[in-house]
Amino acid sequence: MANASDRPDAGIPPAEVPDLALPHPHSWWAKYVFSQDAKYIAIQYACTATAIGLVALVLSWLMRLQLGFPGIFDFITPEAYYQYITMHGMIMVIYLLTALFLGGFGNYLIPLMVGARDMVFPFVNMLSYWVYLLAVLVLVASFFAPGGPTGAGWTLYPPQAILSGTPGGQGAGIILMLVSLILFIIGFTMGGLNYVVTVLQARTRGMTLMRMPLTVWGIFIATVMALLAFPALFVACVMMLFDRLLGTSFFMPALVEMGQQLSYGGGSPIVFQHLFWFFGHPEVYIVALPAFGIVSDLISVHARKNIFGYRMMVWALVIIGALSFIVWAHHMYVSGMHPYFGFFFATTTLIIAVPTAIKVYNWVLTLWRADIHLTLPMLFALAFIVTFVNGGLTGLFLGNVVVDVPLSDTMFVVAHFHMVMGVAPILVIFGAIYHWYPKVTGRMLNVGLGHIHFWVTFVGAYAIFFPMHYVGLVGVPRRYPEIEATFITTPIAGLNAFISVAALTVGAAQILFLFNLFWSLRNGREAGPNPWRACSLEWQTPETPPKHGNWGKELPVVYRWAYDYSVPGAPEDFIAQNDPGPRVERDGPP
Amino acid sequence: MIMAWVLVLVVLGSVIFHLVSPWWWTPIASNWGYIDDTLVITFWITGIVFAAIVLFMAYCVYRFRHQSGRTAEYDPENKRLEIWLSVVTSLGVAAMLAPGLIVWKQFVTVPDDATQVEVVGQQWFWSYRLPGEDGRLGSSGVEWISSDNPLGVNPHDRFGADDVIVEGGNLRLPIGKPVKVVLRSVDVLHDFYVPEFRAKMDMVPGMVTYFWFTPTRTGDFEVLCAELCGTGHAFMRSYVQVQEQADYDAWLADQATFASLQQGQPVRVAKQP
Repeated sequence: MANASDRPDAGIPPAEVPDLALPHPHSWWAKYVFSQDAKYIAIQYACTATAIGLVALVLSWLMRLQLGFPGIFDFITPEAYYQYITMHGMIMVIYLLTALFLGGFGNYLIPLMVGARDMVFPFVNMLSYWVYLLAVLVLVASFFAPGGPTGAGWTLYPPQAILSGTPGGQGAGIILMLVSLILFIIGFTMGGLNYVVTVLQARTRGMTLMRMPLTVWGIFIATVMALLAFPALFVACVMMLFDRLLGTSFFMPALVEMGQQLSYGGGSPIVFQHLFWFFGHPEVYIVALPAFGIVSDLISVHARKNIFGYRMMVWALVIIGALSFIVWAHHMYVSGMHPYFGFFFATTTLIIAVPTAIKVYNWVLTLWRADIHLTLPMLFALAFIVTFVNGGLTGLFLGNVVVDVPLSDTMFVVAHFHMVMGVAPILVIFGAIYHWYPKVTGRMLNVGLGHIHFWVTFVGAYAIFFPMHYVGLVGVPRRYPEIEATFITTPIAGLNAFISVAALTVGAAQILFLFNLFWSLRNGREAGPNPWRACSLEWQTPETPPKHGNWGKELPVVYRWAYDYSVPGAPEDFIAQNDPGPRVERDGPP
Repeated sequence: MIMAWVLVLVVLGSVIFHLVSPWWWTPIASNWGYIDDTLVITFWITGIVFAAIVLFMAYCVYRFRHQSGRTAEYDPENKRLEIWLSVVTSLGVAAMLAPGLIVWKQFVTVPDDATQVEVVGQQWFWSYRLPGEDGRLGSSGVEWISSDNPLGVNPHDRFGADDVIVEGGNLRLPIGKPVKVVLRSVDVLHDFYVPEFRAKMDMVPGMVTYFWFTPTRTGDFEVLCAELCGTGHAFMRSYVQVQEQADYDAWLADQATFASLQQGQPVRVAKQP
């Protein structure tokens, strides 16, 4: 028996909780369908989110067909158009982005990256997915309901959301939408509690919080935010459901609809908006923070350099997460709330630009004097920075209350939020899939197809959304299936057609990507355990793809942060987190 | 390599598009030129930041791309640089926020001499009400809405009797006079939006909202709805006609008052308290 002090992990305290006892599946069903393995659950989440995301993609094509070539497609009535925009928005924000980042990447990466065997509550984790699937099915059912899905806009503002002038308002559409959201939140809460407790309690020995990869930090903070923000949406949905079904008046004032006095009275539509955006603004960051975290790791690994200013990056995530709860009413500058709120919310909103800018600086400073491998993940990460900076800067227009007044509810807003929380996070998702696919499947994605996918998506998405800002600057309101108006002095039909062609092209490129995902399962190059030569723990598993329990007999022990790339004097240009190897003296986290 | 050039082209393309494309805001017809000025300041600051960051990235990608023998520098933190960047960013943000808040203060402070004009939205058309000779709008509520009283003017309020009602027509305003636009909706959310005036505000059932502006140019300006209000949302239109005072007065003299619209029903006048 060696002297204890000679062991390289001598200074590392024992784990706070004993190794998890995992439920071992005994049947095919328990292994592949009702799996309690976070990695399977992650794949189930990702596939479901992608499938419903494809529906939203098709809806966006239909919208762009109408906007680019109005009057040609007779089946796209205003009713249908409003149904498309509503379902497109809701699916993309909630059922695709939130589910994919937290349910997909969160489930796959958290246990592997913190050195745990699984999530701490595997059974609850499994339930989380099945409730999410149910939420998706209820959502899909609304497409087949009489009157179709709701066309209230993804913001579902009452009173119109539950009145007959809106598609699905008096039919089943809005009911199914609200029920589906309620289910989603229940399912998410089960998953979210798992992610938070796993990060806090199940980290392996030596994995201090300040040694966690930024991916875990991003997902962790986003999950905490989601657990605090989703309840606001939950109560808003329940109350609106009561207004619609039981005749309560939480959000319904006395009103006259089409000459008919309705029996509602005393409620406030503005209260719904406050509840919605109290959820809705953090939601933007719930989608953005995992992307921030993941992109930090992609840049660091593929530039062979530690992320610049790691501690600042962590604190920026925390500060952005906290501030995002006191900026919500910047979505409501022209809602009719008291105008003096504008001073407060404009100030908080612009303050949030500072930690966000610091993150951007640190990403680009990581590239300085790096060894940049222009792999697909790196290309997507660079593209993310471009679109995120672009979309973030236009946020300074909309956050600055008085500048927002002419621009609010115009296509400028649509362009802004697509750039910043649509294109940017999705570019990160693509980068992340190219990056982690080898770990999930053991094979590399095809690089040639990947390059076509990348260039069409990046250049195409920029060509869609950059000019769209100017459509809004002209004054064209959003949520108009066609626009004829005297204020338009320079025709915009040509520009709209151009945007539509770009949108259809980008959409087509995604089919290529899906093909690549399937094709490479069998035909991709063998990846080996650590094809990118990365430091973080998920690349150090004994098997690739990792087996149930992740780590074989013994949990890994962590000796360093996740960013020891190109350490001077080290034999290779990376030192894995569980490599006891040379101690590295540096400014920064231990 | 290609990526470095594409990044440069993205910056060049964006700047050129901004400078030469014909798509720009519609000529202003109100006093809110300050809003346009703040917007231009924001364009400059954000444009410079965008170009600087993306060009810096392009340089890094070109200069530090992987070649055999290259090793990255090991440089975890740099406190001075991080603090310096935070301070510069804060100053840039303040340079946009300060003028924004000053103009917002003007936007929410209605001048004392502003005349009131009421706009009422319903699915899917606009109606207007002017205060009449007493200069005050009578109170209103959805409970009084009927076929004779489509805007729900309180028949018991003596200030309402001389109010001028324009149902489903156009609003006329005299040039150069500040107007407080008082907004109401009888059914769902709407938003009174005239692109040339730059100002807009939601109309919320159960509430009265407002904004103010001064028309600075005569002409007909189309009114659009900017808050989704159902299937007719895009087709909810009207015009604001800004006229010289004399033309406006002549038109006003011709309009029906609320009392005359009540078709012989006596308008009860509330007793003075």
